[in-house]
Amino acid sequence: MEFAELIKTPRVDGVVLRRPFMPTVEGTLCLTGHHLILSSRQDNTEELWLLHANIDSTEKRFVGSLGTIIVKCKDLRVIQLDIPGMEECLNIASSIEALSTLDSVSLMYPFFYRPLFEVIEDGWQSFVPEESFKDLESMTDEWRLSEVNKDFSVCPSYPSLLTVPRDIDDESLCKAASFRHGGRFPVLSYYHKKNGMVIMRAAQPLTGTNGRRCKEDEKLINATLCAGKRGYIIDTRTIAVAQQAKARGGGFEQEANYPQWRRIHKAIERSNVLQDSLIKLVEACNDQSHSMDRWLSKLEASNWQSNVKEILTTACLAAQCIDREGASVLVHGTEGTDSTLQVTSLAQIILDPACRTIRGFEVLIEREWLQAGHPFQQRCAQSAYSNGKLRSEAPVFLLFLDCVWQILRQFPCSFQFNENLLIMLFEHAYASQFGTFLGNCVAERGKLQLSQKTVSLWSWVNRPQELERFLNPLYEPNNLVIWPSVAPQSLLLWEGVFLRWNRSTKCLDEAYQEMVHIIEYNKELQNKVNSLRRQLAQLETEDSPLQTP
Amino acid sequence: MEHIRMPKVEHVRLVDRSSSRRTQVGTLYLTATHTIFVGKGSEDRNDLWVLHSLVCNVVKHKASQSGYPLLIICKNFQVIRFIIPQESDCHDVYISLSRLSRPEKYEELYCFSFNPNVDKAEREHSWDFLDLKAEYSRMGLPNKLWHVNPINREYRVCDTYPADLFVPKSVTLPVIVGSSKFRSRGRFPTLSYYCKENHATICRSSQPLSGFSARCLEDEQMLQAIMKSNPGSRFMYVVDTRPKLNAMANRAAGKGYENEDNYCNIKFQFIGIENIHVMRNSQQKLIEVSALHSPSMGEFLTGLENSDWLRHIKSIMEAGLFISKAVAEEGVSVLVHCSDGWDRTAQVCSVASVLLDPYYRTLKGLMVLIEKDWVSFGHMFSHRCGHLIGEAKEVSPVIDQFLECVWQLMEQFPCAFEYNEKFLISIHIHIYSCHYGNFICNSQKERKDLILCIIKEKAHSVWLHLWEKKLDFMNPLFKPDQSQNQGLLRPSTAPYCFKYWRRLYNRFDRELHPRQSELDCLMTVKEETQKLEEELALYEQKMAVLDKERAKTLYMQKGVLDSKQALWSLPLDTSLANTPQDYIGGAPNLCLFGDQTKSSDADNSDQESGVADFSSHSSGEESLPSEDSVKDPDSDETGPNRA
Repeated sequence: MEFAELIKTPRVDGVVLRRPFMPTVEGTLCLTGHHLILSSRQDNTEELWLLHANIDSTEKRFVGSLGTIIVKCKDLRVIQLDIPGMEECLNIASSIEALSTLDSVSLMYPFFYRPLFEVIEDGWQSFVPEESFKDLESMTDEWRLSEVNKDFSVCPSYPSLLTVPRDIDDESLCKAASFRHGGRFPVLSYYHKKNGMVIMRAAQPLTGTNGRRCKEDEKLINATLCAGKRGYIIDTRTIAVAQQAKARGGGFEQEANYPQWRRIHKAIERSNVLQDSLIKLVEACNDQSHSMDRWLSKLEASNWQSNVKEILTTACLAAQCIDREGASVLVHGTEGTDSTLQVTSLAQIILDPACRTIRGFEVLIEREWLQAGHPFQQRCAQSAYSNGKLRSEAPVFLLFLDCVWQILRQFPCSFQFNENLLIMLFEHAYASQFGTFLGNCVAERGKLQLSQKTVSLWSWVNRPQELERFLNPLYEPNNLVIWPSVAPQSLLLWEGVFLRWNRSTKCLDEAYQEMVHIIEYNKELQNKVNSLRRQLAQLETEDSPLQTP
Repeated sequence: MEHIRMPKVEHVRLVDRSSSRRTQVGTLYLTATHTIFVGKGSEDRNDLWVLHSLVCNVVKHKASQSGYPLLIICKNFQVIRFIIPQESDCHDVYISLSRLSRPEKYEELYCFSFNPNVDKAEREHSWDFLDLKAEYSRMGLPNKLWHVNPINREYRVCDTYPADLFVPKSVTLPVIVGSSKFRSRGRFPTLSYYCKENHATICRSSQPLSGFSARCLEDEQMLQAIMKSNPGSRFMYVVDTRPKLNAMANRAAGKGYENEDNYCNIKFQFIGIENIHVMRNSQQKLIEVSALHSPSMGEFLTGLENSDWLRHIKSIMEAGLFISKAVAEEGVSVLVHCSDGWDRTAQVCSVASVLLDPYYRTLKGLMVLIEKDWVSFGHMFSHRCGHLIGEAKEVSPVIDQFLECVWQLMEQFPCAFEYNEKFLISIHIHIYSCHYGNFICNSQKERKDLILCIIKEKAHSVWLHLWEKKLDFMNPLFKPDQSQNQGLLRPSTAPYCFKYWRRLYNRFDRELHPRQSELDCLMTVKEETQKLEEELALYEQKMAVLDKERAKTLYMQKGVLDSKQALWSLPLDTSLANTPQDYIGGAPNLCLFGDQTKSSDADNSDQESGVADFSSHSSGEESLPSEDSVKDPDSDETGPNRA
């Protein structure tokens, strides 16, 4: 098979593995088609299994005949392998390089991975659009499921089933689609049960320089407004960027053509800027100079926290329009596959308590990211250590997770899940044994036959044994809308991701364990007290007749 | 009372810093000790009490349409903004407050008029709560090498040192006197911390008067004796906490640092902690950053960087770590000094002690440490905290930095401290508020001499007060038995491990803090657990009785707790947690097309009613006690805070 020819040296003995805050391990390095394995061959030491897909970049160094490969991973960890023998080292390095940059999706590990666990619930079947539509139907009859995109010809990046206003027929949808970038016409993203307001999302309208309009598009979004009501259009770009887009055929909704809508521009950066931001942030976190000035100025210059703030603020604004202004919202940026999804999904976390449960959060990611056509494969092809020329990599999803973490920090009792779930999703979006994040849209995933040929991440996560790790011990359902603070003082650096490999977490882990223990002990006592109370009550009733003279 | 030109002003507006929408109208009262604002028509008690001694500055701003703004800036970083309708009233309040907040004599301080309902015996007892003698004996002193030398009983050798000082037994009186003459302000080397396990010590002093070439045999003998009192080691460290340049500049003035050639077996080390003036300016910049009105992320981070505050905290921590490692890992004694030995020296010795000794990570231990290294060793609280009107250049947040170092450690070691962040903040407030007598004056001698009678006659000690409220200050995650919480803490001093202390600097901007507090949740759970344990014991007892005498009737007591779910999940402040903020950036109101709601500065009634609706959903559920541990106006700080 193809891998064999890429692996020039499958095995080297006497390799030393160095990782910060961990003891060095000496052992045998093995390369397989998908993994880099280092094993000391002793029973008690852990082995390193690293997916080639997780490797972001490598560096070689030589001192005499001792070669060193520095492996930088997409999960931001950096490890060092000291390999005796120059030839071995060169061979290993070039094999890693080749294996970690395979172009063909079908050669990726998920197609070869066979689960060691029994799949109880198949994650590929866990989230069916018809199911969520049933929920919607129980609340309102204003919406219908359209099959207009069933062969993905109207919009290649949309799923086959879309929720649209009841009164708009498929023909109008097609026309509206031709007026929106990539055919992404306005569709329902979220229905706010409390007041019936909705969030819709789309791509930019193709107004161009001569101010094209499209009656069907106008009708489509107006159909979501109740009589006499008005709504907001949140354009995630600044007005300047939106203006420039006109020259390339894009643009924004003109007030004259959309009189019932007020447009608000925000300033979420484009994906290439975000990638640069991530690279700079991680570079700052890995800076060894230990100078406070340097750290703070690099942190500031990376703009990462500014990006978090802007995205979160825009999401809060959308939520505020819905919940406080009682107005519906249409969100879009340029393509409608990045900043748009960040905003719509975060707004739902703020508004909808269901999204703060594990199941609900999975549904949200499935619906607002995977089905909605966020191009995971393109965006997550490279991470913070990418040094080659970038194509369309961007940490859009990571920023979303960071924002969720910020809200979680501010409402530590309102989420059923903990930080581990978010970190796990970050890891798997970039490199995984599961097929969930492969491909860029539903159509591609269908072609790849992922649901037949790979295992879903959700099949694994939803096993009770795994779920336990992701449960927040402090969780108490909170049915309120949760409004986070977006002040710079309130937004923190996500240490669990960005400083994960740069410090010892022993004391923090211990604190987490203690917290779990405190709560579990409390529950245990409650159970004991309750059962004793019942027992006593029973004894009392049994005994009392004897007492009665 | 003669300073109050205007005891009462009506129709004053109290403006919330975060949102001009939340303005309250009410009456402003000036009393001898407090500024009090009573909101009109507010059914719940949310008056604002501001202690005059906590006021750092009073500022008049340019008149606005609605009146004359008056800013009260407090030493606990609270900023209160009033708008007073009449210019003359505003001026009178301004003049009165300016005078009231700058007392000229100790007798004017609040601690001398504060009179809680306790009798004389109780008050005197409060002063006996901490006993430094007991602390030294906890360390294992006196022993065969160290003893208390009575030489400073009358404060004749050094008037800024405490009366009781530990020195090596081998040191003779002439050596002490000689050494003290060779040190700034007579602050000769004396013991601060003794490590029982390996006999290494932390000693402290001021700089030697070495100039360019002077030497002093007695001082050299003193150091030699300290070194020898640690039998296991062959040398000792002398740590000068100043930047080398500053220390060299001092030589020109006949001061300076130890010459390694003159002292046997010392290793000399500079640690560049900046002086009080640099620290004062740094904190001022930090406060400005914390008070920015909705800053961008860039403005905030740049401001934080330019303040240099975290860089200073890091250098103090590194100094403490160096010393504690020398003591714990190398078993080598350390002499620490700066210039006078009461600012940086106090910081560094106490940080090192917290790192070294788990005792200082307990409530009582931290109190003792502050009493020992700061109060008794002559940290000039009156000057540094500006208790009295005086030299502004003497003010410096030296003790703030120590408390912040402890906080930074708590962030890194969440299970290592018995106390929580509220404890540090309470201590901070009490240091500045002059509510209690502990932090009055600049030295033990001043405290004893000048106002001995009134301190003990009239003022109370804060330590007992804090101890009595200790339930509020407990860290639910504290695990004293955990091995990594024993002995030396080894914090990381990588720059990203130092964080901005939001709870201190933005304490009164409630909207900036997490809406649910993990700490409060866990404290509630622990409290509940304790009750459950009691209930369980009771039931088990009853079961035992029942088992023995089944014929007897037992009337069931209703359980202490119903088995309903814990109550911790509700946001601390529903109205706040459920109020959106300014997400649109500068626009006063988010309203459709502007033509529907024209009221530009009035309340957005729509939003407010939304809030009311929302909180009604949660009726019947209890909300947790507010984070401000202090509620009764006569007990603490600025009294109940509306913030």
